Amino acid sequence: MGLYLIKRLVLMIPLFIGITIISFSVIHLAPGSPIDMATDLNPKATAEVKARLRAFYGLDKPLAVQYWNWLTRLVTLDFGHSFSQDGRKVSTKILERLPITIFINIVSLILIFLVAIPIGVLSATYQGSFFDRSMTVIVFVGFAVPHFWLALLLMILFGVHLGWLPISGLKSLNYEYLPAAAQLWDRISHLLLPIFISASGGLAGLSRYMRSNMLEVIRQDFITTAKAKGLSSRKVVFKHALRNALLPVITILGLSIPGLIGGSVIFETIFAIPGMGQLFYASVMARDYPTIMGILVIGAVLTLFGNLIADLSYALADPRIRTT
Amino acid sequence: MREEKALHAGADKQEKLRHLFWKRFRKNQLALFGASIVFSLFIVALFAPLLSPYDPGQINIKQVLQEPSAKHIFGTDALGRDVCSRMIWGARISLLVGFVAVGIATLIGIFLGALAGYYGKWVDNLIMRFVDIMLCFPTFFLILAVIAMLEPSIWNIMIIIGITGWMSVARLVRAEFLSLKQRDFTVAEKALGAKDFRIIFRHILPNALAPILVSATLGVAGAILTESALSFLGIGVQPPTPSWGNILTAGKDNIDIAWWLSMYPGLAILITVLGYNLLGEGIRDAIDPRLK
Repeated sequence: MGLYLIKRLVLMIPLFIGITIISFSVIHLAPGSPIDMATDLNPKATAEVKARLRAFYGLDKPLAVQYWNWLTRLVTLDFGHSFSQDGRKVSTKILERLPITIFINIVSLILIFLVAIPIGVLSATYQGSFFDRSMTVIVFVGFAVPHFWLALLLMILFGVHLGWLPISGLKSLNYEYLPAAAQLWDRISHLLLPIFISASGGLAGLSRYMRSNMLEVIRQDFITTAKAKGLSSRKVVFKHALRNALLPVITILGLSIPGLIGGSVIFETIFAIPGMGQLFYASVMARDYPTIMGILVIGAVLTLFGNLIADLSYALADPRIRTT
Repeated sequence: MREEKALHAGADKQEKLRHLFWKRFRKNQLALFGASIVFSLFIVALFAPLLSPYDPGQINIKQVLQEPSAKHIFGTDALGRDVCSRMIWGARISLLVGFVAVGIATLIGIFLGALAGYYGKWVDNLIMRFVDIMLCFPTFFLILAVIAMLEPSIWNIMIIIGITGWMSVARLVRAEFLSLKQRDFTVAEKALGAKDFRIIFRHILPNALAPILVSATLGVAGAILTESALSFLGIGVQPPTPSWGNILTAGKDNIDIAWWLSMYPGLAILITVLGYNLLGEGIRDAIDPRLK
């Protein structure tokens, strides 16, 4: 296991370098210069000022040098300073936004796990039943519904018409004056809709995947053997089939991380949640290049680690993987 | 002579497979439902000028935010334009975005996947590591970052959705190539001295088309969703060109007094994506019923 871990970690180094190259090229190979935004509409920006700005941000050096400088600072977690008005360090800006995004994503991952797997297993066990067919319909609709639209509809329903849930932010204005229990509910009620929206896409995907996995396992010989031995069907399903069908799910959870993080742009903008997605959207609109590059790298590295954790858990659960 | 016979046998087998495919496909009600949605949308997009009751760009300040009625079956928007007409023209844009974006993604995916699968060794290693790296990025972040650099014109959007969506196609094509290049007909062709180019495009690729078609069908659905999400953030297809995404977005500001502005475009996106997904899965099940 130790050797496997080391091998996996070493393999991550070229991937990390690739991630930085792509994050860097996306910004620097595109037409236009990062300082255009600040100078284009400013009549006072003479050629000399522009040259000084370029030199200030190091944009006058060859691309390879710029990349190297950025990369060497990056490994010490220094992403440079934001181009926006506040000019704060990108790393601080990202760090204060990261926890809420990660929190929502982890809770929705757990929710996806808890809901999708039973649905998938039941659908497969009772293939063709009323439950299976209605779940299939719900899953297909879940795949097809635009998430921002669903968010909007739920916001109108629960927030405006029924008035059960707040529609934006993380806590109410009178949060400080509430008793402890009400504070807790205040927090939770602000997160219910965002978490549901963030989980809805994965829910459909995973339950469908779980269903087809289960169907495949059920048809294998050892299941027939288990049934022939006279084991109860409950035991066959939960003890023999489920275990084997669950294994690939670990990988899928790892693979779903980029989608979840990407989706955070949508639900954070809609529900006004001060997370990384919202920061990314704001940076994109303001062409805040250091922040854009920083978030791209962090988003990709999070995925990298998510995949690592998934692979390690897989190796722990299935000894066959470790030897290869 | 013998070769001709073998060819006939091959054609017969093809015919039989096709027959089987249709037989299975016709039995699948969900797939037929999906196919009819896709087909109707094509008709709507194709005959948009004939079908739309009004000019989609016709502003009428006396008819602002009218509720759905016999005159305007989906109501009117904040500028008094007929929502139904805008959605009919929007179908063109949404389908165009879906098809061009998926076309680009599929071409890149086929090219890189074929190279990796056919040549193997370091070529395969290089391309597949590149795929791994691209898959690490939250796709939506990548798309947003690139659009920030470029103008959000409809062509840029199609290109960007295309160049950030080819990875799964490349993986699929590579896997097909890995297995197909070991098969007798490829080995025989190689022994006869055929050029790589000919083997790849005339012999291996046609055999790998079915799974590519499935992934492209599902891809159209994904691209339409992505475009609508971009429009929702205000960086998709720009008004006054109507797309379902930007009609919905324009409606969001008036959602408390004019629900129809956000409801109908959202439903249109949902039904379209549903149609493509059902069709794609239907084709897959008909090709390989084991997977059902």
